[in-house]
Amino acid sequence: MQNQNKNILIAGVGGQGTLLTSRIIARTAVQMGYDVKVSEVHGMAQRGGSVVSQVRYGKKVYSPIIRKGDADIILAFEKIEAARWLDYLKPGGTIIINNIRVDPLPVLSGKAKYPDDIADKISSFVEKAFVVDADKIAESCGSIRAANVVMVGIFASVFGIPEEEVKKAIQYLVPAGFLEINLAAFDEGKKIFIELNRVK
Amino acid sequence: MKELMLGNEAIARGAYEAGVKVAAAYPGTPSTEIISNFAKYEGVYAEWSPNEKVAMEVGIGASIGGARTLVAMKHVGVNVAADPLFTFSYTGVNGGLVLVSADDPGMHSSQNEQDNRGYGLFAKLPVIEPSDSQEAKDYTRLAFDISEEFDTPVMLRVTTRLCHSQTLVELGERVEVENKDYKKDAAKYVMLPGFARDRHAEVEKRMLRLADFAEKTDLNRIEWGNKDLGVITSGVAYQYVKEALPDASVLKLGLVNPLPEKLIRFFADQVKRLVVVEELEPVIEMQVKAWGLKIEGKELFSRLGEYSPEMIAERLSSFKLDAGFGLEKEIPARPPLMCPGCPHRGVFYTLNKMRLTVMGDIGCYTLGALNPLNGMDACICMGASIGTALGMEKARGEEFASRVVAVIGDSTFVHSGITSLIDVVYNQGTSTVLILDNCTTAMTGHQDHPATGFTVKKQPTSRLDIEALIRAIGINAVKVVDPLDLAQLKTALEEELSRREPSVIICRRPCALLEKDPVREKYYVDAELCTGCRLCTRIGCTGIYYVEDDKKAVINSNTCIGCGLCPQVCKFDAIKTVEV
Repeated sequence: MQNQNKNILIAGVGGQGTLLTSRIIARTAVQMGYDVKVSEVHGMAQRGGSVVSQVRYGKKVYSPIIRKGDADIILAFEKIEAARWLDYLKPGGTIIINNIRVDPLPVLSGKAKYPDDIADKISSFVEKAFVVDADKIAESCGSIRAANVVMVGIFASVFGIPEEEVKKAIQYLVPAGFLEINLAAFDEGKKIFIELNRVK
Repeated sequence: MKELMLGNEAIARGAYEAGVKVAAAYPGTPSTEIISNFAKYEGVYAEWSPNEKVAMEVGIGASIGGARTLVAMKHVGVNVAADPLFTFSYTGVNGGLVLVSADDPGMHSSQNEQDNRGYGLFAKLPVIEPSDSQEAKDYTRLAFDISEEFDTPVMLRVTTRLCHSQTLVELGERVEVENKDYKKDAAKYVMLPGFARDRHAEVEKRMLRLADFAEKTDLNRIEWGNKDLGVITSGVAYQYVKEALPDASVLKLGLVNPLPEKLIRFFADQVKRLVVVEELEPVIEMQVKAWGLKIEGKELFSRLGEYSPEMIAERLSSFKLDAGFGLEKEIPARPPLMCPGCPHRGVFYTLNKMRLTVMGDIGCYTLGALNPLNGMDACICMGASIGTALGMEKARGEEFASRVVAVIGDSTFVHSGITSLIDVVYNQGTSTVLILDNCTTAMTGHQDHPATGFTVKKQPTSRLDIEALIRAIGINAVKVVDPLDLAQLKTALEEELSRREPSVIICRRPCALLEKDPVREKYYVDAELCTGCRLCTRIGCTGIYYVEDDKKAVINSNTCIGCGLCPQVCKFDAIKTVEV
């Protein structure tokens, strides 16, 4: 089951904007001439549940879903969502963890505990695990809602994707009124990954 | 550049290119985006129908009238539309008609995972199954030709993973198809027993002709590989097979009913081991076994849920999955929940607190069944709440009924709650019905319906007056309350439950996601006054949470939209408005 395709798994909580992230990445790959498949979650899970979207691109892609142990990168928008999908990461793959905690219903109602040390645990298993404050970075760019595009910036940096290709996709997909904030968020995402990588 | 399209968008595109003039549907995940996308094309008619049966009937009328017609629904919607569908199979079409059935293996957003390929055998319909968006578009186009050539409605069966995956599509041009002539033909379209007997004979002949077509069509194809293993598959499972078993020989079926018996026998003869990979029911497997062929299927693969490339690789190759990190055991589940500010939350908090028996229905509010709201006793299908509440009353008596309510959304009420409410009046039930009117079809993504006053194309139209309708049915006790006002809601419930006659409480407030500027007020918890009793966490809102270390509740100012529910729950007046 080895192949040369690139597999990107985007995990988060319904309402965090994971769909836009996968659509920007997919459109970038289409612009670059690849075969592309994207799998999304619509419907009930979008109401605050655990959601995942998956992008696969390469010369020829069959399955729209990534098999376990085959994701080149996981972009996790929330800490425990990073852990929930970690088994999908390829050995040697990269995981980016947005450093926020969103309590799920069992925690809110006191039936379960939130494992606060979960990001450290992931880092102990995975060499290329990076914790980022995407929400804070997005806020400094003008809106917390652009955290998803901060993650796109990190993705572009990890994969060495030409900046202008991604920006073209962002311009296509983001409404004009929010474009400036999102382009800034993209730039900050690119920068922060270079810094984090240097520290590591 | 090819376009990246959802399977559902590609179906809409295929119908558009095929010259479809009329389309009808009721929204339901995973089918909704088919009609919402089709409605965007110029020069076509599209509608949200009140329910799937009506959508099917509108489609049948358009087809008899000579137009190419698309009807779309989720798998359980076909149950609602089954009555007209089965007999339309007898009459056949005039303009081509394609019914899209969007099945939901794994139940991402459904109450069951029935396999609607079964309808192909049961209703005697050709069933076509695409495996990506390109095929979804191409097969939809082709399905209209098949429908007209064989005088039959055609089912295009898709699954969530196809509907909600985007893959590349080469677009084509629309062909303008003239309406077929309409001629009165009672023997074909009036299904009296005498006429229907003749039509049934025609249907059987049609199925034989289709079986012959199945042997020749490009919809079915063999991709030869190593002949040690031959896999028969269809739909998105084909993509998983190609990923997992790149060397195997594959018979890919695009037409899954009727099956190409000769082609399958030929394929079986050529391979050492024959396996069928089909999600859900062994529809192909049972037929192949009935022909006396040796084939493996459900002894290797489950009838439950979705498949994956790694599952197929593990069962049919030497591939072994790593054990993984095992972290999922340490982390709490994250079920979906009502949004902050959701008007349903207070209703279920109150119903649970009053310890009422709640017969539920399908919509966002079904989430009221979950902890900590725990406000629902049963939920079966669209519209079932009112009939099941009446049945409860007839089984357990009027005294019990004074503690029973039915809860149903506005769109669901119009879908199939009205006739049951008539039954309550006609057969002298006394229970109370709550219509949770959030002014939209929320769960599927805010579609309009007859009581919103707008069409699928966002054109203003006559708005169904729910109160007037209820009074016309013969119910005098009708109240409208704001579901975020807990005291008002509780008083209304107490009054109506004590009434020995049917009553309706309309809980009306628009869905929180529809509000353009949703933040009304900002609240905070006064730590001096908070006793850490955790009562506020009983409403199950992500806007407020309890901090174990401080033994205090805290409001999350990013998610709170200031709906004002939690201050009504707090017994110590600890939740206060932020001074501006």
